[in-house]
Amino acid sequence: MARRDTPEINAGSMADIAFLLLIFFLVTTTMDVDTGISRKLPEKQPEDVVPPILKEKNVFEVNINRRNEILVEGDQYMKVEDLREAAINFIDNGGGTAEALAKEDLKVCSWCEGEKDPASSDHPKKAIISLQSDRGTSYATYISVQNELVGAYTVLRNRYSQKKYGKDFDRLNYEQQKDIKLNIYPQIISEAEPTK
Amino acid sequence: MAKFGKKKKGTPGISTASLPDIVFMLLFFFMVTTVMRETSLKIQQPVLPKATEVKKLEKKSLVSYIYVGKSKDGTPGDKIQLNDRISNVEEVKSFIFAERAERKEIDVPKMTTSIKADMEANVGTITDIKIQLRDINALKLNYSTRKGSALDNIKN
Repeated sequence: MARRDTPEINAGSMADIAFLLLIFFLVTTTMDVDTGISRKLPEKQPEDVVPPILKEKNVFEVNINRRNEILVEGDQYMKVEDLREAAINFIDNGGGTAEALAKEDLKVCSWCEGEKDPASSDHPKKAIISLQSDRGTSYATYISVQNELVGAYTVLRNRYSQKKYGKDFDRLNYEQQKDIKLNIYPQIISEAEPTK
Repeated sequence: MAKFGKKKKGTPGISTASLPDIVFMLLFFFMVTTVMRETSLKIQQPVLPKATEVKKLEKKSLVSYIYVGKSKDGTPGDKIQLNDRISNVEEVKSFIFAERAERKEIDVPKMTTSIKADMEANVGTITDIKIQLRDINALKLNYSTRKGSALDNIKN
C-alpha cells in the first residue's frame, strides 16, 4: 500500500490576494480617534419656572463679545490664558462662614486652598460659572473658553484626589469619582442665551 | 580542480515564503482597526479647534455626528450637514429621531451627539443646534476637538 501524495496547492499567489485585500483596507481605513469636550445640556425648563436667586458673589461671570474679547465679572478684560487661574481662584475660594453655610446644609469647605475672601464664592458647591457669548463669537474662542473652564475643574479635582488618594482623578474608581463630582468640586457651568 | 570549478556564482535568492504571513498580519491589523466612512462631506472639511481637556468618545455606534462648516461653493454663512446633505437647523430634530430609531431603546439615553464644527463657525449656529437638541432631550453633547493647546485657536 503505497501512500499516494496529494499534489500541493500552489500558494504562490496567496501573497498577491492578501496584498490586494490589504490595500483595500488601507484605503478605506480612517485612523482618527474622536476626541472632544463633553458637556451636558440642561433640561428644558417649563415656562413659568422661577430662577433661583443667587448671590452675586457666587457667580463668576464670563462674557465673550463678537470681537472675541473676554470680560470677566463685568469689569475685567482678560486673556484666555489667564482665565483658568481666575476660575480656580473663584471656585476654590471657600469664603463662606460656618453659620451662613449651615442654613443650606453645607459645611465650611475644608479642602479649599483659596484666599477665603468674603467677597468671592462661599463654597465649591455654590460657585457657579456663568458663560455668555454673542452669536457672532467665533467657535474657536468659545471652545477655548470652555476648555479653560473645564480645565479649572480638572486641576482642582486632580489636586484633591492626589491629596486624598494619591492618584489622579482619572484613575480613581467610579465611587470615588462620583463623590468628587457630587460633593467636592461639582462642575457648575451655566450657559446663558447668547446676545444677538 | 573540476570539483571546485563548478561552484555557482551570484547571491542566493531571498526566500519569500514568509511574505504572505507578514502581509496577512498587516491585513488583519487593518481589518480590525478599520472604521468605514459613513458619510461623505458636502461642506468643506471643518478645521476642528484644539483643546486640552478632551475625552475619548466611547461607543462610536451610539454617536450621531453633526457637521458645521463653510460651504464648498463659497456661499457665505455656516452650513449644517446631517447625514449626506446640507440641512436646516429645524431638521436636526428629525435627524436625531431617525438616529434614535436605528438604535435599541435601551441605548437611547446613552446616545451622544458630536458636533464637528469649523473653527470659524459662529456660536449662534451652534446655539441654534443646541436649542434643537435640548427640545428633544438629546442632552449628551460633545464638541469635537483635536488635542493640543487651546491657545493655538486664537491667533493674535
